[in-house]
Amino acid sequence: MYETNYHRASSVAEAASLVSGSDDGKLLSGGQTLIPTMKQRLASPSDVVDLRHIAELKGITVSGSNVKIGAGTTHAEVAQSAEINGVCPALCGLAAHIGDPHVRNMGTIGGSIANNDPAADYPAAMVALEATIHTNSRDISAADFFVGLFETALGDNEIVTAVSFDAPSRAAYQKFPNPASRYAMAGVFVARGSSGTRVGVTGAGSDGVFRASDMEAALDANFSAGSLESINVDPSAMLADMHGSAEYRANLVKVMARRAVEAAA
Amino acid sequence: MASISLTVNGRQISGEAEDRTLLVEFLRGDLGLTGTHVGCDTSQCGACVVHVDGNAVKSCTMLAAQANGADIKTIEGLAGGGELHPVQKAFHENHGLQCGFCTPGMIMAATDMINRHGASLDEATVRAELEGNICRCTGYHNIVKSILAAAAEMSGTQQAAE
Repeated sequence: MYETNYHRASSVAEAASLVSGSDDGKLLSGGQTLIPTMKQRLASPSDVVDLRHIAELKGITVSGSNVKIGAGTTHAEVAQSAEINGVCPALCGLAAHIGDPHVRNMGTIGGSIANNDPAADYPAAMVALEATIHTNSRDISAADFFVGLFETALGDNEIVTAVSFDAPSRAAYQKFPNPASRYAMAGVFVARGSSGTRVGVTGAGSDGVFRASDMEAALDANFSAGSLESINVDPSAMLADMHGSAEYRANLVKVMARRAVEAAA
Repeated sequence: MASISLTVNGRQISGEAEDRTLLVEFLRGDLGLTGTHVGCDTSQCGACVVHVDGNAVKSCTMLAAQANGADIKTIEGLAGGGELHPVQKAFHENHGLQCGFCTPGMIMAATDMINRHGASLDEATVRAELEGNICRCTGYHNIVKSILAAAAEMSGTQQAAE
């Protein structure tokens, strides 16, 4: 790891001022991606600003069907939250299968979505739940937030403070993990709410997370796994790498979508 | 340089470290607590697992400065009064190790697992929760057996030997 300067912020305002006052600073939440990336010298921030001790980034609030999760909430905390489990158990299940138990004790929802790894799980849920991403300067819809591979609508030094969404009446997440890395080769989050069915897909799209609108239309007409039979997932929009071809991923998206619908039904 | 103050295995520790120092480097290099191992150094193998404020974390994926002020428990802090911790004892009795390199991380992960699940821990849960700990010798079977035996002993129930 190259040299860096560590700072511990005690408020969002302090974190914003520390990172904007640095040469090439980075925000450090759980660090489960940033620290390994720095160790490989693929990132070399002049400064890291630790967000883990900011009280205003913590906490889960569920009021009626509205769920708000502080950006500093760990995957383990979401997985074990009885409150979230009461209204949207699919999100707890998703969080319970990110990385491994030790990673889940450190990694946070804010860090995960701000990083927008194309194989991360949370982005699929955020777009399918039509979540709002709250930052220290504005609210952004999930549809606008996730821009491309590792790319978001966040401005320089803008800090994700929370996410919120209305819990759907039914939801499920199914992923096919890479057998070695356990990252999603395809992960599909299906949510059925008052405004219809939403399908978020991670791990597979060549431009990162996306909504499968033709699947949504088919499921709005008939919410059953069978109604996905006629849907074609276009391989030209899929990632292809040493782990799987675009055609393989296109097929996986359909299989995971079917499983998610069956689990949500 | 960062000034680091920690509680490690119940002892107050103060030291200085470069800001980029990893927690595992601080524990091994500065404090001489070499029971915590570095296996892959890429956040996958879990040989470096310690407890930070009661939660199992990978100490190769955390800066020492991030842990400033925390309460750390390493493998050296498990046994008490000359007696092995029940998880250590179970690994010994059930042949839960061969080369032993992954064992500190396995035992710290197992202790965390038992703390969270208690007597309700079953084989499927143990196998799923070992996702972040890699062993290249045992094939995991005796590790799983050891953890279940320790869970049974720690929750005061008896479990017939397999």
